[in-house]
Amino acid sequence: MHGIRYLLCCALLTSACTGAPAQQDTPQAKQAEAVAVPAAPANPYPSTYQPAAAPATLIRGATVLTGTGARLDNADVLISNNRIEAVGQNLNAPAGARVIDASGRWVTPGLIDVHSHLGVYASPGVNASSDGNEATDPVTANVWAEHGVWPQDPGFETALEGGITSLQILPGSANLIGGRGVTLKNVPATSYQAMKFPDAPQGLKMACGENPKRVYGGQARAPSTRMGNVAGYRQAFADAQDYREQWRKYERDFAEYQKKNADKKDKNDKKDGEEGNEPPTPPKRDLKSETLVAAMNGDIRVHIHCYRSDEMSIMLDLSKEFGFKIAAFHHAIEAYKIADRLAANGVCGAEWADWWGSKMEMFDGIQENLALTDLPKNGCAIVHSDSDEGIQRLNQEAGKAMSRGNRAGLNITPEHAIRWLTANPARALGIDQQTGTLEPGKMADVVIWNGTPFSVYALAEQVFVDGVLEFDREHPSPQPRSDFLLGQPGEGAQP
Amino acid sequence: MRAFVAIALLACATVANAQSVLIRGATVHTVGDQGVLSNADVLVRDGRVAAVGTGLSAPSGATTVEANGRALTPGLFAGLSAIGIEEVSLEPTTADASVILTAPAFEMQWRPEFDVTTAYNPRSVLVPVARIEGLTWTMLTPGSGEGGAFLAGQGGAVSLDGRYDAVLGGTRTLFINLGGNNNTLSAGSRSGQWMLLDQAIRETRTPTTQDEHLLLHPLGREALARYLNGGRVVFGVSRAADIRRAIAFAKRNGMKPVIAGGAEAWVVADELAREKVPVLLDALENLPYSFDEIGARLDNAALLNKAGVRIAFTQFGESHNARKIRQLAGNAVAHGLPKDAALAALTVQPAEIFGLAGERGRIARGQVADLVLWSGDPLEVTSAADQVWIGGRALEMRSRQTELRDRYLKRLQ
Repeated sequence: MHGIRYLLCCALLTSACTGAPAQQDTPQAKQAEAVAVPAAPANPYPSTYQPAAAPATLIRGATVLTGTGARLDNADVLISNNRIEAVGQNLNAPAGARVIDASGRWVTPGLIDVHSHLGVYASPGVNASSDGNEATDPVTANVWAEHGVWPQDPGFETALEGGITSLQILPGSANLIGGRGVTLKNVPATSYQAMKFPDAPQGLKMACGENPKRVYGGQARAPSTRMGNVAGYRQAFADAQDYREQWRKYERDFAEYQKKNADKKDKNDKKDGEEGNEPPTPPKRDLKSETLVAAMNGDIRVHIHCYRSDEMSIMLDLSKEFGFKIAAFHHAIEAYKIADRLAANGVCGAEWADWWGSKMEMFDGIQENLALTDLPKNGCAIVHSDSDEGIQRLNQEAGKAMSRGNRAGLNITPEHAIRWLTANPARALGIDQQTGTLEPGKMADVVIWNGTPFSVYALAEQVFVDGVLEFDREHPSPQPRSDFLLGQPGEGAQP
Repeated sequence: MRAFVAIALLACATVANAQSVLIRGATVHTVGDQGVLSNADVLVRDGRVAAVGTGLSAPSGATTVEANGRALTPGLFAGLSAIGIEEVSLEPTTADASVILTAPAFEMQWRPEFDVTTAYNPRSVLVPVARIEGLTWTMLTPGSGEGGAFLAGQGGAVSLDGRYDAVLGGTRTLFINLGGNNNTLSAGSRSGQWMLLDQAIRETRTPTTQDEHLLLHPLGREALARYLNGGRVVFGVSRAADIRRAIAFAKRNGMKPVIAGGAEAWVVADELAREKVPVLLDALENLPYSFDEIGARLDNAALLNKAGVRIAFTQFGESHNARKIRQLAGNAVAHGLPKDAALAALTVQPAEIFGLAGERGRIARGQVADLVLWSGDPLEVTSAADQVWIGGRALEMRSRQTELRDRYLKRLQ
């Protein structure tokens, strides 16, 4: 009874490096800064996530899909110091290691969802927890999804039980530019900072099409058309370019000022900051433009809610006009119509397996969309959820998409399809050096499945986040992880 | 306009001529007394199942289909839906599921005479999309939209074979949506729901000519009266306490209740079993989407089945992707529901609930030949329907979506 919740959600994400200028309140402070401007200051909302110490773990005798495209039968995965130590056959267990017999089981990297609203559209879906759309202005590049994330959303735990170890929380799609997204590790916490994926770039959520023009057109405001949508993006980025130029000019002026003062020899010259020798005044900070400048600089990944092939094509041109890179089109219902173009531009298509039709821009959905997005050389298909239900079974979504592709005559193997929910989303999020595959040195985000993960009967038996066993189906926590459900008659209560 | 024509053409090319068909060597899930038959044959004649057994011979002129061990099931229930009454949910000119009078609360009007089946369009593109996935019938369901009423009106079952007169006899049902999500339609309180329902019952039982604010028109009273004598009423309700109250209300007023939603039905499973009240549920619902569903859990279906409650699967508010209903059943199995019970909850159980079991829901002699031949396990997400028959006629396994696929796959290869 929650289908409608999909419609306004959908956004984009991001995590660290903001590109925000440093606080510079006084001439002295200005002077102290060797390099003036929008230099990235320390992230004001840093990750405090630290994986707990975990014993070395040897998972033995499983069918391993590494996420690199390989399938290893009767193989082992060794975890130590929260990292993947080795993947292969006949690995030795270090002294004191926990050894898990995984014969008959399948092992994959932890699943990654590039599109979630857990925490910002939490359960229960009451007005008080509706924190995903700052639908008061079509451009709210200044808001950060992470500031709306409620870590007690019971959906985090059910997602974990589905094998989700990392996820991007995005603002919704009411706005042309909805704000910054955040990538989280799926661990229990009392603050979002304690879930925040260390050093992951933030995302920028933008939205094409019907949602923004419906939300604002309905209030007799711009945008009310797709023309207005594009004008809105362009003005926002043009303003950001202007803002960037103001800072560049300030940077030049400041450098000149420093140089001038450094060259001073004469004692009678005015001192630094003295009347008649003031340092230049920095531009007023504009949080909207800061975000867009960071996107143009490549510090923030651009994720665009965009269904139709014609609109995706416009957004590709927009990205060239303003010099930013699009990481992925989300909900890309018509990606199959321009799959070759997306691949050529290195843009991923993040998609559902079979959802379609609620809106006109979803009318051309087909079940082979993911398979066709994947088909061209360098195609990058991603299975995403945008749903607290779908995120619990991304593996089944991939199973549907893989089998529909194969029914259409393609030859998609499980070892390839697993990349749609591991390596490819990691790439779009800019965390592929840390997670997304089972390779030595990477975070030990690992799922042990009771069989092939592409089955409706598949269940994650054990889920490791950074080598820590966060979910164990055989030994479930006697209490819910969410404080909200504690003491309430929910799942786990005696029937 | 061109797209519209293309859609219409597709909808026409739906069925081949009805004739005798012998499906040979199938794993036949009869969903009846015969259980699962290996390497069995099913003979279809005049749109009905004529025989189920082994070594059946094909009558002259019959089409023979070699199943090669593949699973054959009855056609599946598409759930409560708006297939054929809602083409694009957010486009008001294509969405006919709800009657919205927007009367002020003190002049509230209910229209139980509203019958959503009269809006059914068999040429909707949703119809082929659903049926080529093995869904052969659905229960058209009126909605309670903003400005509407929580007593939503009447619905009925339709066959998805593409014919105009698709409503299946004896399936007329009244829909009442309760709980906190409908508080805005009941003067701000779920107690207001019982208050208003009692008023509607009284107006029906004791018509008045006094000049007072009446909820119902004469036609509405006539419509409601039909349900006060054993008529089937689906109560959309999730919270355990509200479910109990709905059962008591139905009992008091001569209605035959069905629970839809029932996230907390497992809490009152024994009472549901004792009162023989069936539950239509979404087996994927395990989060507390509202304070009515705090107790939602993935083994709801398994617990209800174990307690002896008749269950059937449905999604809520999902018509375009009605085909996902199989996935609900498979997940219920993963969480403890026996496989045969899960298939029954897609076939014979909904047929029983809506009064169709004499004709549909099983593979048995005399049943309407709504059949599906599967590429694999019928509940598995990686399986698909290889061939669907409705009323004994083999469907052309095409939809607007397969046309789009074929057009663009060709361009990419």
